Amino acid sequence: MRDLLADETFGQPLIEASGLRIGRNGGTLLDIAHLALDGPGPTVILGPNGAGKSLLLRCLHGLITPDCGVVRQGGIPLNAAARSRQAMVFQKPVLLRRSVAANLDFVLKRQKLSRRDRKARIATLLDEGGLEGKARQPARSLSGGEAQRLAILRALARAPDILFLDEPTSALDPSATQRIEAMVLIAARRGTRIVMVTHDIGQARRMGHDIVLMQTGQVAEHALARDFFDAPQSQAARRFLAGALVL
Amino acid sequence: MLLILSGDSELWAIVLLSLKVSLLAVVVAAAIGMPLGAALAVGRFPGRRLVVVLLNALMGLPPVVVGLLVYLMLSRSGPLGVLQLLYTPTAMIIAQVVLVTPIIAALTRQTVETLDAEYAEQLRSLGVSRLASVPTLVWDGRVALLTALLAGFGRAIAEVGAVIMVGGNINHVTRVMTTTIALETSKGNLALALALGAILIGIAVSVTGLVSLLAVREGQGEMRHA
Ligand SMILES: Nc1ncnc2c1ncn2[C@@H]1O[C@H](COP(=O)(O)OP(=O)(O)O)[C@@H](O)[C@H]1O
Ligand SMILES: [Mg+2]
Repeated sequence: MRDLLADETFGQPLIEASGLRIGRNGGTLLDIAHLALDGPGPTVILGPNGAGKSLLLRCLHGLITPDCGVVRQGGIPLNAAARSRQAMVFQKPVLLRRSVAANLDFVLKRQKLSRRDRKARIATLLDEGGLEGKARQPARSLSGGEAQRLAILRALARAPDILFLDEPTSALDPSATQRIEAMVLIAARRGTRIVMVTHDIGQARRMGHDIVLMQTGQVAEHALARDFFDAPQSQAARRFLAGALVL
Repeated sequence: MLLILSGDSELWAIVLLSLKVSLLAVVVAAAIGMPLGAALAVGRFPGRRLVVVLLNALMGLPPVVVGLLVYLMLSRSGPLGVLQLLYTPTAMIIAQVVLVTPIIAALTRQTVETLDAEYAEQLRSLGVSRLASVPTLVWDGRVALLTALLAGFGRAIAEVGAVIMVGGNINHVTRVMTTTIALETSKGNLALALALGAILIGIAVSVTGLVSLLAVREGQGEMRHA
């Protein structure tokens, strides 16, 4: 599958998983022989509930250590330095019990920026997320869409090479979803490699450069988006697309 | 009521001593209980669960038993007898510290642990180590932690059994609100007992009011999500 995307590679940070396995109580939750994300992205990870999409994302981000197997970034097994160049947005935004600005400052403080630089950066970020004027509001009083935008801004404040998003719009209405998608695509255009989980086929069509379809802990298919939607190779993909069309 | 309004100096000396003893006890209990609670919340070591259960059990320590234990420790023949602390305000502070520390530690552990369950992955994702996440958890749990302190203070200032045993209820030395109320009531001096009772209720109500006020303020942030 690696060769499939090789023609699209131009020096993007590469993330790659080999022989990943996570078992629980005799069953296998995740079983990934080989998955290489080496295109320009965004990569969209699709699949039904419980397919292991979140588990895979957390493995790639180093939040959980698989029973066996290895995740490599740029050819090197994932380490603290590599992880610091990744960021993740969770399905349900986890915002600190502080103001909107303090949520961003929390990340910026760790980058040893001067006070003035942090203030400027916060203003820019809030502007980009359409949260200007909300700087001093408690983050927990934001609406669902605003909260998720703040979570994305906070992730982007780390200036990550790779941004993982786990179903960031699954709880949002269409207009809030659209704003999030626009933000993510802007980040992608600026060079952040996007890896995004969704179960929304429409979103996968709108956002995906390549699609990873997961089913029962395994990668059923990994293909460029146009191939995946026009000529799915696997039985699982055909079934998934057909099922979704019925919906 | 006349006693309160007339600024009776003996009465206010008693009130002041009560506040001093209980505030100091809460400060010391917080200094021990909060780090202990936070460590129990984020630390992983063998026997942790046992300590947590023990701590929760200690929350309900009967004050008289605490009084007895502290008395035995401080009495002339006890291990700390040489310090000659029995029947001093310090002895009362010690008894209240023993009573209040488990409360503060247990509530701190609960607060920090609940918050940690919510924050752990996000903080790890942001590159915050386990140890470095403790100040974040404490700060974000500040309202609940303050509530724990107030609860501890409420328990300390309303307590009578332990302080009467180790303080001795000595006039001008270790006589606090609760012990004076008990004594004066038994002597039939209901005016002073009632005046002190009113002040004690006032303090208790203020503390409870402050706690619920904090709870409401904390809740406000969440309301729009509901
Ligand atoms: N910590 C865990 N312990 C046991 N099972 C888990 C754990 N996390 C996830 N699972 C199981 O792994 C499977 C995949 O979960 P997940 O990756 O969250 O699915 P998805 O994100 O695709 O909906 C599910 O069946 C889920 O119940
Ligand atoms: Mg999921």
